[in-house]
Amino acid sequence: MEFAELIKIAKVENVQLSCPGLLPVKGTLCITSHHLLLSSQPGGNGEQGMVELWLLLRNIDAVEKRVASSSGSITLKCKDLKVLQLEIPGMEECLNISRSIEALSSVESVMMMYPFFYRPQSMKLKDGWQLYPLQHYYQQIATETTAWRLSCVNGEFTVCPSYPAAVIVPTAVDDNTLKKAARFHQGGRFPILSYYHKKNGTVLLRSSQPLIGPNRKRCPEDEQLLSAALNRGERGFIIDTRSAQAAKQARMMGGGTESKSSYPCWRRLHGPLERGRPLQESFIKLVEACNDTSLSMDRWLSKLESSKWLAHLKGALSTACLAAQCMEREEACVLVHGAEGTDTTLLVTALAQVILDPECRTLTGFQGLLEREWIKAGHPFHFRCARSAYSHARLKQEAPIFLLFLDCVWQLGRQFPFSLEFNEHLLLVLFEHTYASSYGTFLCNSEKERCLCEVKEKTHSLWSWLNQPSQQKKHLNPLYTYNALVIWPSVEPQSLQLWQGLFLRWIRSSQYLDEAWAEIQRLVTSCEDAPEESAGDRQCHSQPDAAHPHRQTQLGNAG
Amino acid sequence: MEHIRTTKVELVKLIDRFSTSNKSLTGTLYLTATHLLFIDANQKETWILHHHIAAVEKLALTTSGCPLVIQCKNFRVVHFSVPRERDCHDIYNSLLQLSRSASYEELYAFSYNPNQNESKRLQGWQLIDLAEEYRRMGVQNSNWQLSDANRDYKVCETYPRELYVPRAVSKPIIVGSSKFRSKGRFPVLSYYHRDKEAAICRCSQPLSGFSARCLEDEHMLQAISKANPAHHYMYVMDTRPKLNAMANRAAGKGYENEDNYANIRFQFVGIENIHVMRSSLQKLLEVSGTKALSVNNFLSGLENSGWLRHIKALLDAAVFLAKAIAIENATVLVHCSDGWDRTSQVCSLGALLLDSYYRTIKGFMVLIEKDWISFGHKFSDRCGQLDGDPKEISPVFTQFLEGVWHLTEQFPQAFEYNEALLLQIHEHVHSCQFGNFLGNCQKEREELKLKEKTYSLWPFLLDEQEKYLNPLYNPNFSQKLAFLEPNTVSFNFKFWRNMYHQFDRTMHPRQSVFNLIMTMNEQNKKLEEDFKELEAKLKERTRQSETLLTKEPLQSVHPASPALKSSPGFKKEQPLLPMNDSNRTIEGSNTADNRYSEYMEELSKAEPAIVSLEYGVARMTC
Repeated sequence: MEFAELIKIAKVENVQLSCPGLLPVKGTLCITSHHLLLSSQPGGNGEQGMVELWLLLRNIDAVEKRVASSSGSITLKCKDLKVLQLEIPGMEECLNISRSIEALSSVESVMMMYPFFYRPQSMKLKDGWQLYPLQHYYQQIATETTAWRLSCVNGEFTVCPSYPAAVIVPTAVDDNTLKKAARFHQGGRFPILSYYHKKNGTVLLRSSQPLIGPNRKRCPEDEQLLSAALNRGERGFIIDTRSAQAAKQARMMGGGTESKSSYPCWRRLHGPLERGRPLQESFIKLVEACNDTSLSMDRWLSKLESSKWLAHLKGALSTACLAAQCMEREEACVLVHGAEGTDTTLLVTALAQVILDPECRTLTGFQGLLEREWIKAGHPFHFRCARSAYSHARLKQEAPIFLLFLDCVWQLGRQFPFSLEFNEHLLLVLFEHTYASSYGTFLCNSEKERCLCEVKEKTHSLWSWLNQPSQQKKHLNPLYTYNALVIWPSVEPQSLQLWQGLFLRWIRSSQYLDEAWAEIQRLVTSCEDAPEESAGDRQCHSQPDAAHPHRQTQLGNAG
Repeated sequence: MEHIRTTKVELVKLIDRFSTSNKSLTGTLYLTATHLLFIDANQKETWILHHHIAAVEKLALTTSGCPLVIQCKNFRVVHFSVPRERDCHDIYNSLLQLSRSASYEELYAFSYNPNQNESKRLQGWQLIDLAEEYRRMGVQNSNWQLSDANRDYKVCETYPRELYVPRAVSKPIIVGSSKFRSKGRFPVLSYYHRDKEAAICRCSQPLSGFSARCLEDEHMLQAISKANPAHHYMYVMDTRPKLNAMANRAAGKGYENEDNYANIRFQFVGIENIHVMRSSLQKLLEVSGTKALSVNNFLSGLENSGWLRHIKALLDAAVFLAKAIAIENATVLVHCSDGWDRTSQVCSLGALLLDSYYRTIKGFMVLIEKDWISFGHKFSDRCGQLDGDPKEISPVFTQFLEGVWHLTEQFPQAFEYNEALLLQIHEHVHSCQFGNFLGNCQKEREELKLKEKTYSLWPFLLDEQEKYLNPLYNPNFSQKLAFLEPNTVSFNFKFWRNMYHQFDRTMHPRQSVFNLIMTMNEQNKKLEEDFKELEAKLKERTRQSETLLTKEPLQSVHPASPALKSSPGFKKEQPLLPMNDSNRTIEGSNTADNRYSEYMEELSKAEPAIVSLEYGVARMTC
């Protein structure tokens, strides 16, 4: 396929671009293989044209056109929820542009996507791809205990196609047992270590549902694997992210959940979480409600309610807290699974780690967590983020489960404003890049697919861009101080908030809030410098240094 | 004291009102003449002022004791369980009596004694001077003057003595107009916009019925309109829903007929009456007080209560008013029925949008003193200070504070004060600890001799104003704006958790950015002071030994020099430098109050508990 075939018209003059909150601009619209560009007309006195729009075509979720006899307008609804309006002179041009955009933005093949063509001069391919190898994570665990080993049983992705090549499993269990246990789990996702809680040596495991089926099948290897995760006499919790009834019903389809009799050391709990289509519909409804600024208070509240988004937030946070509580307070190991083990399971395990582990709340630690618990763990980003909230296309496998995770992290940040090293902006960037990106990090559904597509060889990593000092500076929270404690959030409905920075980002002006935030930043930074400026006393500034080593270094970077 | 039969009850349980497992703290309950006090086993004290009690309820006896639920006007809800029913009954009866004073003299303000000398007390009452405030606005002037018509409260009992009216208005016009207005509340000046020469005026509804006219009243409105030299029309804002205003016509009241008044533009803004507001708050509190509340029930409850709809109506009206003045340069006359509830809300919020002075701490006090206290908002009736008609109680002032809070949320740098000031004022509007809010109007306050017998709240707030400062305040914020124009699209309105759950700490963010910045600011200020002190000392020293300075000017600035180390200024610095850790650690993180899961609890009921999860939510057996 050639991109040129899809471009019906490459350039149109005198196109007017408008979007809420900005003055409309006129200019030349160009379509390239991956971008939509609009450059304003140069002024009369030799002034250069300005690029007003540089939009990744992949970001376009829906194209709505209206044509009149001599002109037409196109509304572009983007995956990052922004809405743009183009006024195009000429009906023919309008139709051709919309056809080109539609064709180019829905190219299915991963290897035709922009990350494979993006070659910024300042960056080297391969940088950033090896930043967070599982081996490093394993080594941290290995310094604490010998009970866990790194297994390469999945080296060829044959045991479990959605797992990475290396996984962490109990030392006491050999690879053959793992292979058999894998056959007893949907998609081969046998129980593996997700997180080691250094404080008390408990572990968080995850898997997919066991294939118990209507005949109550058992698998001695799976039972052996799970009991090997526990020390003698210990008891563990299995948190099923489906309701008890749904878990039971899954038996009819060959799935199910661990029975008490076969797994006597494990106690089962249920934290039913929505996923798949209901979650996507919730996202669509919420965005629709946010975009309608004419709603009366009653209609708004009723639409907010019927979107159920905040209820999903509460559910996700509660279940993650439950898992964290079992580990931290009960000092028990926890296994989390739903059905496939690639969606709500990862939501719970990743969130529990942010709550429990201060390392996951640092900028690099959080990237490592995303790499381990979402990307390598086989969350099918390609399927889940194919379409966003505006698309008219028939829904396939889309679901904003990762967005829900980001929102939960944002809620944690609201309740613990000094405990996350990164700020809201990073979460917004991550949201954008899961749906449309110049980087390969969120491409494909699993490590296996990434290998096949040579993503790591042929695209740039988002992390190496984010970790450039200029970018890093934008994403650091100036209020951060290292907080070794577990951050237990309140999950009451009165404590949860709509994430205005994301859902209302393009709808209402946040000028005054942004200015206030800049002021906070200024106050904090000037306060940090204050001892030097005012007192100028050496002995004095050695004190805060000693008391807050983290804070100092972190702000040193920021400043 | 005759109401107190039992002064102390031991082994009383304070039950967590949101806990689904009836988690509780055991302690001792004391009943004093003014407060109910609970001291738990950790010596933590919970004080409840009798005047704050809105309702006491004795629930059916349970195996663990006799439950007593106390709801407070500051939205504290406490749930006790008293071991013996007799004690519970005694306390219940005492509280019923103590929380319902029959006369003003029984209120706390008359016995409250903060150990302040008399002259300071009197000074406190002079802190807010409304005459000074009108001078600040720029009246009197060629168009507006002080009228002595109501000097003896003869024209209108519920208005203050000093009233400002157009110069063109004579006393007979005032008297005539007042006879045509409910409760005699004729149109007077509330706020004068110096630059626009436009005014906010306020009054009550006209007694127009279906066809009645009053030439004096028509003359009055025309005079108000003409007092704005630039303009040919004025707005008359009826803050009621049109239907309510029409219904009033049948009772011989109603609204202005545009045909009878020259050059008025009449506008309804649809704010509901006190009864609707009372039941709306009631519904809101019922929802927010529900145990194990789901998100959907919360949102639908919030919707059904209508509370945020009312707050939005308030702000919409204030925006309409501010726009008329700031953009159209038009004078606006605001009224509702009696002109002391919705009118106070809209006039004060409108002025707050127009004038940045009211966004300072002192200015906010002036605004409340002017539009609420002096113009006769019936604080006593609306807050139920005395045992009276429960139908008169209504959260009108609370709504005003909530409107202000929403503005502070949208304009974080526009206000000198923070949320804590709003909460503190709300607290004292109901506490009856200070004289300011007692009674229903100025005349009544004078009769009660409040300025002689009680203290004013304002100086106390100013004394501790550090607590109420918004660290992000930028005094120049509004310079570029004609007025503060909030976005009133529905999604901007939020449930005010810090008001309605101010005593439910587990629901609050565990770390506060505001507190942190305040601490930092304080430290900076201290450091700067110390720096100045050091500098002064240094100058002193260099004068003494000039040679040292000329040789090593830079080094001598360093306090590391041994000579300075011993100076008292330096010693003071030391404890200031480390960050205040208490603000950064996490409150509530180790309290066992996060209810993550109900189903675990349900499970636990079916089976004997072996291990219990500390949070009181979950148990397991294996």
